[in-house]
Amino acid sequence: MNNAVTAIIIALVQVVLFVFLAPLLIGVIRQVRARIEGRAGAGIWQPWRDVRKLLAKNPVRAADSSWMLRAGPVALMVSSLLLCVLLPLVGTIPFPSIPSDLFVIVSVMLIGVVALALVGLDGGTAFGGMGSSRHMTVAALVEPTLLLAVYALSIPAGTSTISAIVETRLFSPEVIISPVSVLALVALSIAIMAETGRLPIDNPGTHLELTMLHEAMTLEASGRDLAWLEVGSWLKLAALLGLVSNLVLPWGVVTDFSTLGLLIGVVSIAVKVLVLGVLLSVGEIFLAKVRLFQVPELLAGSFALAFLAVTASYLVA
Amino acid sequence: MSFLRLASLIRHGARIAEPAPPAPPLFEGAQVFGGSVQVRFINAGGCNDCALEVSAAFGPVYDVERYGVRLVPSPRHADVLLIVGSVTRNMAEPLRRTIAATPTPRFVIAVGDCALSGGVFQAGYGITGPVSDFVHVDIEVPGSPPEPADIVRALRRMTGR
Amino acid sequence: MTGVGVGLLLQLGLGALAVMSALTAAPSLRSRAGGILCTLIAVAGFLTGLAALLGATGGLPIPIALPMDPLLLAPDRLGGLFMLIVSGVGILVSLYSMSSTRGPDASRTAWVAMPVFLVGMQLVPAATDSVSFLLAWEVMTLGSTVLLLADHASRATVASAGIWYSAMSQLSFFFILAGFAVLAAATNGTSFTDLQTIEPGGASANVAFVLFLLGFGGKAELVPLHVWVPRVLPEAPSHVSAAMSGAMVKIGVYGGLLVCVRLLPDGPAWWGITIMLVGGASALYGILQASVSSDLKVLLAYSTTENMGLVFLGLGASMLLRGSGATAAADAALVAALLLAVSHAAFKSTLFLGAGAIIHATGERNLDRLGGLGARMPVTAAAFGIASLGAAAIPITSGFVAEWMLLQSLIHGGRRDGAVVSVATSVAMPLAVAVIALTAGLALLTFVKAYGIAFLARPRSEEAADAREVPPLMQLALALGALFVLALGLLPGPIAALVAGTVSSDPTAAVRSVGLGGVALPGIGAMLDPIMLVVLSALIAVPVVASIIVSAHRHPHRTIDLPWGGGGSRARPRMQYTATSYAEPLVRVFDDVLKPSRDVQVTHVAESRYLVERVRVEQRVSDVFETRLYRPALNLFQRYGIVVRHVANGSIHRYLSYSFVALLIVLIVVSL
Repeated sequence: MNNAVTAIIIALVQVVLFVFLAPLLIGVIRQVRARIEGRAGAGIWQPWRDVRKLLAKNPVRAADSSWMLRAGPVALMVSSLLLCVLLPLVGTIPFPSIPSDLFVIVSVMLIGVVALALVGLDGGTAFGGMGSSRHMTVAALVEPTLLLAVYALSIPAGTSTISAIVETRLFSPEVIISPVSVLALVALSIAIMAETGRLPIDNPGTHLELTMLHEAMTLEASGRDLAWLEVGSWLKLAALLGLVSNLVLPWGVVTDFSTLGLLIGVVSIAVKVLVLGVLLSVGEIFLAKVRLFQVPELLAGSFALAFLAVTASYLVA
Repeated sequence: MSFLRLASLIRHGARIAEPAPPAPPLFEGAQVFGGSVQVRFINAGGCNDCALEVSAAFGPVYDVERYGVRLVPSPRHADVLLIVGSVTRNMAEPLRRTIAATPTPRFVIAVGDCALSGGVFQAGYGITGPVSDFVHVDIEVPGSPPEPADIVRALRRMTGR
Repeated sequence: MTGVGVGLLLQLGLGALAVMSALTAAPSLRSRAGGILCTLIAVAGFLTGLAALLGATGGLPIPIALPMDPLLLAPDRLGGLFMLIVSGVGILVSLYSMSSTRGPDASRTAWVAMPVFLVGMQLVPAATDSVSFLLAWEVMTLGSTVLLLADHASRATVASAGIWYSAMSQLSFFFILAGFAVLAAATNGTSFTDLQTIEPGGASANVAFVLFLLGFGGKAELVPLHVWVPRVLPEAPSHVSAAMSGAMVKIGVYGGLLVCVRLLPDGPAWWGITIMLVGGASALYGILQASVSSDLKVLLAYSTTENMGLVFLGLGASMLLRGSGATAAADAALVAALLLAVSHAAFKSTLFLGAGAIIHATGERNLDRLGGLGARMPVTAAAFGIASLGAAAIPITSGFVAEWMLLQSLIHGGRRDGAVVSVATSVAMPLAVAVIALTAGLALLTFVKAYGIAFLARPRSEEAADAREVPPLMQLALALGALFVLALGLLPGPIAALVAGTVSSDPTAAVRSVGLGGVALPGIGAMLDPIMLVVLSALIAVPVVASIIVSAHRHPHRTIDLPWGGGGSRARPRMQYTATSYAEPLVRVFDDVLKPSRDVQVTHVAESRYLVERVRVEQRVSDVFETRLYRPALNLFQRYGIVVRHVANGSIHRYLSYSFVALLIVLIVVSL
């Protein structure tokens, strides 16, 4: 089978798998948290029920809201689905003529960030604008860390194509535990926590508008608009966790296409993402949300780590 | 708390939530929610005792979240409006706006005697009337205040779990 | 005479005709006639530039009475590219100005200055010797100054902007003149072919480099010579701001390229590092100021500083990399810098024209008083939105391709064949990537703010609520600009290949066109195919959109009058987030750099100190360079001026004694 066909098969598998996996991941994260809090928990399938119900409601829209309230959620959804196609999650066989280039992937993610921020502004309320402003501030400050961390990871591979980076780590695992890689991974993890609105940067469970980043932007959305916003954000979290897990433990990822390999790839990425989700949830128990104006200090710290990783990999390695 | 202790707590169940009582019958028309109900809580002018009981219902002991119920910060996200207190003049307009802002299908649960009839504040000069004067109430939870278990039962009729 | 020569002559002839028509046409016809003739000038420039870019040779010799060679206007490929950029912007601006100009903007003087400005800009890249270069440069500066001053009678800020602009552009001119003088003294010639024979790395080359950097850096709005930008671009009529920011600033870039690529190639490493530092500082400072600005045109003006900073960052990186022997990365960085310039011309002129359309419709450029314009001005909103995506470097626009290529060249520049190139690159490249990343992040915020606050949500003032779409010709110019932004972003391959031909002897080794208009960097091993990306997104969007259609059919939406504002009836439009509040977190994060000054006035109720009648909060972010660098310098000059005034106090006796002393000194010196 030629590369193009296998790439398309893997992309299809990735999209279908992650559309299925993302709500499950959120369900697992919430369930683990509920159990640790001494609750019974709503079960790992609850996010699925939520989405199904949201799609069956009649949305309410304010007369002054524009097409952005309808198109923004779709843009976020498509950007997150594109992430699932482009990132090496199940397999590292890239699309012909669209390699999983670092900068392309970051920009695709930024489309979703922008769409969400514009949806927040579109409502024309104080809270939506506030969420949007904070969300964009965090996104702007995360950007250097994100790029530098992956830049540091890309140096051993000699290319900015993420599937090639994952392959390099698979074939020479000593790269994974090098100090440069550890520094870069820590920086990348902090950047991803900030980008996906997890603790300690944002509290995904909050009901108080003044402490919200992500939630405040969705206050005006209802029904299917809200469903796309939620699923889009979940998909983004799942895809980025998948990326981190493949960078830490690349084993199981498909490099040569075979049906058995594909099956192993699917199972391994699902397990990796869910385990990482459990770890994330347990870790969040110990964290409180930091003050908004301490977030830049946290991000500056992660930026220092990433910068150290890049220069170290040039000068030391 | 060490990590191991935490892990053993999770395993052996530091479970605070009480065992679930048998499920009440599903409310007619709530099938559309399919076991997921988002609740917007409105205090239309109560003395806060019903609000405390609602808070207890969402706490870890009664843990109504296990049946698929969640509190949400905006009526745009809500399926059920949980209203406590008799409606005061200042809250009448916000209540109307909140009802209008909730996407259909939606249901209304009135909690406590004040919400149902006005209670002891019935003839107060600042009271405009019970919740049923403003919106059709689907489930009534009597009591002053009602027990959290009653509130949980009303919400479980919405989720059917 | 060749085609290029005819094109150049045609531009000069049409320019003269436009000046004549502006002087003689009736006021009712003036804008129409001037606009049409200026469009023709720009079209002539566009075709000439295209021919030169594709390799046509030839030129227009202009004999002069002075005892030296005739001036020769003959654009090379690089000159052709910049003529193309400048006149492309010229076409948009001319079309737009036909219906946008009114009042003092449509005066006779303004319409005389417009063709002078356009022709001057278009001829600078055609110059082949320093004399004609400087002549065209001055014509350009003169035309733009007069255009800027169109509205000076009614607004004091315009006059002040005019003074700043004249002073700063003459300063630039002085430095450039000095730079050419140094080179000419060292090589005994004035034509560029003579000048480039200078020995690289020598003292005069170093001096000339610094002088040129100061001169062209001032025109290209680099820090700290950018202080005229936030005054001039907002105060000029919008079509003039578009021409200045979209086109004239590119002439500064052309100057930088002329020096670094043609006249003084292979300079020492510190040249590249200096340019990278200046470029990086400009990029960060520009976007930081833009992100906290609430005035739409000030925002766009500062963002121009940012973009030019990125262009020079790319240029500096390419010089540093070439010096280190990383040729492939150096070529890519240079092409990226050029692509940034091209794409900036497209999106920034569209943005300025869009800002002009907003001012045309509402009379406001303060974002805090706009809002809800998307529904009222759909074409403007679409064009401004697309151009904003370009400015924020989001795919599939031109800005993204350029920044992608720049980042690719930087991250592959640190190593060659697996070995580290040099310590300088190992530190400079990661820092440059970080600067670009932070700049891109802040640009994203800036343009989300600009678009979101102006076009989405509810109108924040009566003027915004009553806005109507602008006349069709202005819409046409906006649409054309937006189309350019998209075309450059969708078909980067052919464009990049063409651009690479202007600076690289072996363009296919640096940049290649692949697939459906995609671009590949063979020396680096990276590729980008925007059309494939669009196709892929469309395929992905199909199921999502299909499910929306089904869902919308089964569960129709309901429209209600108010957005959710906590149930209160007070969710009024003026309670929305404004541009100032949007940038508030950033002002706090970067308050060391921005030095905001805040003024809070609380008015109490007369009866009680515990009750507040109203609170007035004012926040200003000033330009640190202006307050810390220029103000002290100006004060110093002023004090010196006051002292010197005593020397020349008008007394004839004193002046006679000066001449006497001078004569004495001369006699003594001669006798020694």
